[in-house]
Amino acid sequence: MEIPRHWRLKKQRYGLVGEVCPHCDAKIFPPRDVCPNCGDEAKELYTFSGKGEVYSYTTIYEAPAGYDTNAPYTVAIVKLEEGPMVTAQLTDVDNDRVEIGMPVEMVTRKMRNDGDERGLIVYGYKFRPR
Amino acid sequence: MTTPNPNPSPTLLKPAKPVGIIGYGAYVPRYRLPAREVARVWTGGKGGLPIKEKAVPGLDEDVITMSIEAARNAMKRAQIDPTELRAVWVGSESHPYAVKPTSTVVAEAIGAVPNTQAADWEFACKAGTEAMVAAMGLVGSGMGHYAMAIGMDTAQGKPGDALEYTAGAGGGAYILGPAEESLAVINASYSYVTDTPDFWRREYQKYPEHGMRFTGEPAYFKHVSEAATHLMEASGTTAKDYKWAVFHQPNTKFPQRVAGQLGFSKEQIEPGLLVPVIGNTYAGAAMIGLTATLDIAQPGDRILVVSFGSGAGSDAFDIVVTDKVTERAGLATKTQEYIARRAEIDYATYVRYRGKLAMK
Repeated sequence: MEIPRHWRLKKQRYGLVGEVCPHCDAKIFPPRDVCPNCGDEAKELYTFSGKGEVYSYTTIYEAPAGYDTNAPYTVAIVKLEEGPMVTAQLTDVDNDRVEIGMPVEMVTRKMRNDGDERGLIVYGYKFRPR
Repeated sequence: MTTPNPNPSPTLLKPAKPVGIIGYGAYVPRYRLPAREVARVWTGGKGGLPIKEKAVPGLDEDVITMSIEAARNAMKRAQIDPTELRAVWVGSESHPYAVKPTSTVVAEAIGAVPNTQAADWEFACKAGTEAMVAAMGLVGSGMGHYAMAIGMDTAQGKPGDALEYTAGAGGGAYILGPAEESLAVINASYSYVTDTPDFWRREYQKYPEHGMRFTGEPAYFKHVSEAATHLMEASGTTAKDYKWAVFHQPNTKFPQRVAGQLGFSKEQIEPGLLVPVIGNTYAGAAMIGLTATLDIAQPGDRILVVSFGSGAGSDAFDIVVTDKVTERAGLATKTQEYIARRAEIDYATYVRYRGKLAMK
């Protein structure tokens, strides 16, 4: 049971809410309160557009516990339009049709059950072709 | 002591201040199960098919994720700040949790929390339009400036049952606000409700039961006709005054037949008749029929919408499209674009996607 962690991360997971640096305007994801670009404090929330492209990807056939019912699925490093790279599952896509450079958009989907089907349903961002 | 009812037509549900739709959004999942696949497995391919194919949600989709996407589309068209919403209401008969609201997750995901009402609505297939009537009341009374009402379902059908051919997935989200900001004004609504046991699902049961042919005359046709007729009589309109009409659509025949009985032509119901290609989306059905109609509507078009929920009841709406529809319809993915985004699956994949396999 990881209820506090899921609860704490819900904004960034549901809506790709990160931060923007008030000093150098860098967009930050995941939010970390310190700008990775200039090192100054950055706590201002910023909602990403959700648009990006596949930077690299791999298809998972032997999935970790909790994700096994969805295998096989593709995980990608997505370069967001605003700059940051995020690792996320791809969805609504045939695994053999994924390409580097493929334009994608963020959707909020079911990630897994926390534990079994009696546990919390964890929702979060995935990307699909656009 | 009683006070006089200020409403000139006391059975109509007409808000004190005029209200309308300021944004709307649809969602249909990507997968399609052709009805012939169900027939192949259960009847050896024999017998007529009630629809062509139905929409099936992916492994990572449920009423919460689908409502979030429809709500985001509605927000794009409404062009308001999500913190201005005073209600986020989701009507469904497939809420993912038995206890824990769908609506709070949707409200959180679109950024509407915390200064908002949130609730899940239930009334079989009319849970979505129920939320819409309530949103009319909230906005029309001045309690809140904007309210969101969603109807969304991932309908359940027992393997091999008549409903398995049609039980689809999809729905629509609406943001209601003052009439002067609206892309479509809702003149009035009317609700017709009786205790009619045509379809139900008991607690802890996975699949619903239905009264076979009893679902027709005393249930669907009676309630839809009464609601439509009463709304039109009280509004001083006939079928000819409407450019378009949307009826709840459990299969292709029922809405076609009730439309004919009420004097509507095939052309009038054509844009909103989606059941042949996405199936019966239950609480989403009338709602998404209206999103598809608004997608193609022109300023001045008048639209009649009549939902139906088993148990049983109908909500009818008299809607007039304004000139704002032209600038807003193109701001989000259109209903037909979702329908065109289609990946066909076979019965075995459907069984896996819908969790019909016992894994332990």
